[in-house]
Amino acid sequence: MSTEARKPPVQIALKVRRVLGGKAGWNGVAVQFAFAAILGWIGYEIVSNARANLENQHIAAGFGFLRNNAGFDVNQTLISYTGSDTFLRVFVVGLLNTLVVSVVGIVFATVIGFIVALCRLSPNWLLSRVGEIYVEIIRNLPVLFQILFWYLAVLAALPNPRQSISLLGIVFISNRGLVIPRPIGESGFEPFLAALAVGIVGALALRIYARRALFQRGQMIRIWPYVLGLLFGLPLVTMLVFGLPFTFELPQLKGFNFAGGSRIIPEFVALTVALSTYTAAFIAEIVRAGILSVHKGQMEAGSSLGLSRGATLRLIVVPQAMRVIVPPLTNQYLNLTKNSSLAVAIGYPDLVSVFAGTSLSQTGQAIEIIAMTMGVYLLISLVTSAVMSVYGWRVSRSLGA
Amino acid sequence: MSDITSSSFVRHDLLTERPAPVKTTGFIGLVRTRLFNSPTNILLTIVGALLLGFTIVPSVRFLMVDAVWTGKDRAACLPENAGFAVGACWPYIQAKLPQLIYGFYPEAERWRVNLALILAAVLLLPLLVPRLPAKGLNAGLFFLAFPVVAFFLLHGGGFSGFGLSWTAGLLQLFDDSIMSAGQALLSLSKTSAIAPLLWVIGSLILLVGTAISWLIFPLTWLHDQIQGTGQSVWVDFAITTVVVSLIAFWLGGGVRAGWRTLASSLAAFVAIAIVIKLMGLDHGGLPIVQTSLWGGLLVTLVVSVTGIVTSLPIGIALALGRRSTIPLIRIFSIAFIEFWRGVPLITVLFFATYMLPLFLPGNFTVDGLVRALIGIALFTGAYQAENVRGGLAAIPRGQGEAAAALGLSWWKTTSLIVLPQALRHVIPNLVNSFISLFKDTSLVSIVALFDLLGSLRASFADPKWSTPSTLFTGFAFAGIIYFIFCFGMSRYSLFVEHRLNAHRRN
Repeated sequence: MSTEARKPPVQIALKVRRVLGGKAGWNGVAVQFAFAAILGWIGYEIVSNARANLENQHIAAGFGFLRNNAGFDVNQTLISYTGSDTFLRVFVVGLLNTLVVSVVGIVFATVIGFIVALCRLSPNWLLSRVGEIYVEIIRNLPVLFQILFWYLAVLAALPNPRQSISLLGIVFISNRGLVIPRPIGESGFEPFLAALAVGIVGALALRIYARRALFQRGQMIRIWPYVLGLLFGLPLVTMLVFGLPFTFELPQLKGFNFAGGSRIIPEFVALTVALSTYTAAFIAEIVRAGILSVHKGQMEAGSSLGLSRGATLRLIVVPQAMRVIVPPLTNQYLNLTKNSSLAVAIGYPDLVSVFAGTSLSQTGQAIEIIAMTMGVYLLISLVTSAVMSVYGWRVSRSLGA
Repeated sequence: MSDITSSSFVRHDLLTERPAPVKTTGFIGLVRTRLFNSPTNILLTIVGALLLGFTIVPSVRFLMVDAVWTGKDRAACLPENAGFAVGACWPYIQAKLPQLIYGFYPEAERWRVNLALILAAVLLLPLLVPRLPAKGLNAGLFFLAFPVVAFFLLHGGGFSGFGLSWTAGLLQLFDDSIMSAGQALLSLSKTSAIAPLLWVIGSLILLVGTAISWLIFPLTWLHDQIQGTGQSVWVDFAITTVVVSLIAFWLGGGVRAGWRTLASSLAAFVAIAIVIKLMGLDHGGLPIVQTSLWGGLLVTLVVSVTGIVTSLPIGIALALGRRSTIPLIRIFSIAFIEFWRGVPLITVLFFATYMLPLFLPGNFTVDGLVRALIGIALFTGAYQAENVRGGLAAIPRGQGEAAAALGLSWWKTTSLIVLPQALRHVIPNLVNSFISLFKDTSLVSIVALFDLLGSLRASFADPKWSTPSTLFTGFAFAGIIYFIFCFGMSRYSLFVEHRLNAHRRN
């Protein structure tokens, strides 16, 4: 006699129903049909209206306009660009400008944010109050307000180039922007770069080797003198052998403006300052919450194991805090990138300003241009969130192990 | 018996008094323990004091000490005339205050703005105090009745029909669109390769359209009859009252239990009638003020309140859609939410300003303010959906299962059991979203609407007031206003959070 449990019957109809209509079954299928009909109807209305409206305004739909000449100038370009280039090139120029202001902003925001967070966590009462005041004031003012404040009020109040504020005679700040020395490559440039690359790769390899030795054989290897030698000694030696890698061209006041050096336009300065100080306030709160989220017992357990305070922080507290900090921190980086689109308010030539602003008003191709602009930002945030979900998956795996 | 006192180890004289322990409370204690207890801390204190000194002292000097308080024009704020380095130029703010608050709203009609603001405050404040009763009624008034009243108060105008006419018009529009889609398909079927299929679908749609037009015929007929009478609004109103109240009565439980619903429905309609009569909506209402004349703080508040009121239902619907098991609805909700959350608000506003008019029928123009409002509502709705979803996820499964065991339908489970608990959980997050919405309203100044920041920027251009300190004064004033609103909201969110976590405190 067989006592095995019988297999449940294969209820194909039930499974199909579940896949098609969810828990609601055939009702769900009906709801979906109605929903699809409504969506289809809205889509039909949009397409037919857009077609009729475009015909009335004599605008040819499609991306053909990207090959036309733009015919306007952009006051900050990372790649060569003239007015006779195409709209596609304008798009690339704007995108690069957006990326450069975002990256610079992110670096400064992170640095300021961590400093403010440390201030807020400081045992010193006055300093923690200073951090709190900074966070409260910056967080409760609109970012556009702050951008306009820096651009219209602060930068405009700076003196003209002739009376510009000079830092050590190297960097000059005036209402025309920031003038900094321009590096010029010399004969020793390539060997220097090669030595630097070798140094970095060597240092990384050394670190991997030392960690493997520690984890597998329990052997502590002191590597920092070698790392220092690789990172600084090697480039220094190449510099002595092959000569200086680059020299700096110092800016000099000639007539009413500066000659030499590179000029950073005031729009860039205002946007970077506003975005990084604004985002820093949020980053400071995230970092603070992350560090406070690590239980006090972790620190005590570390010291009871005989670890020094620095080692406890480095090996026990910070890794656990980073797990809390990283996801919202990426979110803030994304926010900064999206907020950089406010450049349009002060005329910094970012993607929205030159492409969705100037190009749109010149060509009238609203649908294509706005779709492309939105697509770029959408792509950036989708890629970031994909990377973050991989990170979250790895963290949860390491927690489960 | 030995004498204790003569024992050698008994002390005869009292110990000298020891100094009191170092005070660790109060101001002195604070100074000792947290400011000057170690060399590093002393250094840090000095750094902090310097930082504060270099920011607060000049600010106070600028805003108060060196400020000019009275004057007629820019001459009063020039250092040559004042005789000292002039700080804030407050006469400039006094002169521009109406523009910063009302924009170009006609001076004779500004009482309407004031009335709307007072109404908003009167309805909002009791809603924020947890101890006060009648939250349901209060929320209904603020979220449903107030926006309508405020629209007719601020914009003006009236209406010529009521519920019945609107329903008839809407259905007529819907039917026309279906018929035209069917016609388009039929005309396509003459040239297309899949002609028979298109012809079948087109005919089917036409059939549905015809059926609907027969179904709504009584309604449209009644609508025409009402328009013929002199008192069209009131006849329509009476019919709507009767129909809606009867439906409410029937849904509320009929003869057995529906009397309460009937009474509240009738009361609501009486209230609506009083409002209509008071504002004269049945014969034209107040004079119309175009939204292009609105500006300043008024626009900022209108945009943020509309955003708050409209984004919440959108967010709830999207959050429920994202948790739905029905595939198409879930996919649509996820795509919708992720799309709006992935793009910056300014591109959304560009979309609403330049792309939306192309999607609407050619003869149908939408006001610039309304376009921005649509964009902001969709954008904020997506963010609110994620907040609400967090609340829904925090509700234990057992709640929904218990409701199902009691025999409640999905709608009743959601609206009576799950949503109230979920929303209460996420009030702080919702308020935080409202803060960022309030800050983001400043972006409408980029698409040529004059909100507080836009009006401020416009007022800078006035040569009558151009002085070295005008810009800083204007920014200081607008900054204080923004700060008061945002800081107030953030304190409120902290207060609610504290209240909600009362059981976790020890």
